[in-house]
Amino acid sequence: MKKLILTTAILALTGGAASAQQVVRLATEGAYPPFNFINDAGEPDGFEIELFDTLCERAEVTCEWVTTDWDGMIPNLQSGNFDGIVAGMSITPERREAIDFTASYYPAITSAYAAMDPDADFATGVVSAQVNTIQAGHIAETDATLLEYTTPDEAVAAVRNGEADAVFADSDYLKPVVDESGGEFVWVGEAIALGEGIGMGLRKSDTELKATFDEAIDSMKADGSLNELLQKWFGGEEAPQF
Amino acid sequence: MMFSFCADPKSLEGLQWLSCYLTTGTHMSFYGSFLTVLVLLAVTAPVALAFGFGGAVAGRSHVAPLRWIGKTYMAMVRGIPDIVFFLFFIVALDQGLEYLFHFVRCEDLSQPVRQAGEFRACPAAKIPPGSAPPAIHQIYNFALAVFTFAIVFGAFAANVLSGAMQAVPRAQLETAESFGMTPRQINRRILIPQMWVYALPGLSNLWMVLIKATPLLFILGIEDVVYWAQQLGAMKTQTFSYPHPDWRLWYFLGLLVFYLLLTKVSEVVLDRIMTRLRRGLPMAENGATA
Repeated sequence: MKKLILTTAILALTGGAASAQQVVRLATEGAYPPFNFINDAGEPDGFEIELFDTLCERAEVTCEWVTTDWDGMIPNLQSGNFDGIVAGMSITPERREAIDFTASYYPAITSAYAAMDPDADFATGVVSAQVNTIQAGHIAETDATLLEYTTPDEAVAAVRNGEADAVFADSDYLKPVVDESGGEFVWVGEAIALGEGIGMGLRKSDTELKATFDEAIDSMKADGSLNELLQKWFGGEEAPQF
Repeated sequence: MMFSFCADPKSLEGLQWLSCYLTTGTHMSFYGSFLTVLVLLAVTAPVALAFGFGGAVAGRSHVAPLRWIGKTYMAMVRGIPDIVFFLFFIVALDQGLEYLFHFVRCEDLSQPVRQAGEFRACPAAKIPPGSAPPAIHQIYNFALAVFTFAIVFGAFAANVLSGAMQAVPRAQLETAESFGMTPRQINRRILIPQMWVYALPGLSNLWMVLIKATPLLFILGIEDVVYWAQQLGAMKTQTFSYPHPDWRLWYFLGLLVFYLLLTKVSEVVLDRIMTRLRRGLPMAENGATA
């Protein structure tokens, strides 16, 4: 084992000089379709994956995807295990205190409640949401009881199992769940716009990287290619646009 | 894609669908992760045993500082909950190494490494470097995990071995002494060969606990069997080629069977080893007292 660590350490020591082009390690959850997911071939796929493959090309950096759990993303970014978070993370004042964000590449998200019973009490009942999300933050401020889960899928499963009255999540994530449930799930209540849009999370000290990606995002907004991608992944005409 | 008829998954039904579904890239990774668990066991067990042996010998040493190290190792690691130790030690080890490299390899040392909640080791100090291929990152993470497993289980093994060394009847050692053997010879020829019989029940217990502790890999962010069971079992909408409802129950049932088989096989093998070790040692057979 020590030998393995030593070998890795030697690799680490000799590898540094060889890279001519900067490698940016991007963390994603891989469990948040259509933003990011692991497709059946085992590759990261989704709106954000396609978007950042283009952005990295425009910014002339080599990007590498790292799948990691949602809950530890901000601490892992801060301790340098990767360089950026691309995981449908909404820009919020609380998160801004810890990390920086690029310009948004998705407008303020709409979140919605889904339940199995059209009369479900989402206002004061038990509502499930993914832990440390903008939705969980919102529910915590309402009169409802918040139940947190590590993945969005488990938050949905909680309603199915009867542990929660309703699930509160990004409506883009919930839409296929509700549409394909064959009437099992229905929308309840009003959709709510939360946050300042989705951006790429960066360490506060990485100002250059932020500028690079800001520029690339702006260029995709200017030539309409970002809007095209949004239409491709988020239901054509109904897709949010810049 | 393993079979040619898998080209259009949504048109498939029944067995064909299932055979295509079970051979997707993600499922191959799932099957591969069983190997990850077995590799973890295969590497951790001997390393932990070595740590344990070192700890036990150090704990019995006549040199005081060595004895303190051995005893502290056993007491500290055994006294801390596994999961706390895992979460702490992995981060501490990784950052400790990078911190060290920071002072060796970085040119600009004017800024502190810890600053505003960030850990800023310069790129040259990163292990592995950011430019390394993903496989190296995964191997490094796995190596950290194995090392941590070995430290934790080594401490338990040290305790078992040191107990076993004490259980070897004093008369045996005294007889050896009266034959004029040096302490080193007594250790090598009398103590250690007999110790294994007393150690084996404890060690086999430890092996079972180690098998059952392997899902801790999931918590350390390694894509092990639990990760894939969770990932694959989750409900899949039409965004995916093989949509299906929540199947986590079935995937976890599979894991249950896997672990039961693994522990059952271990039990059989360990029983055989025990019978073998007992051969020619009548004393150990009728209770461990002299």
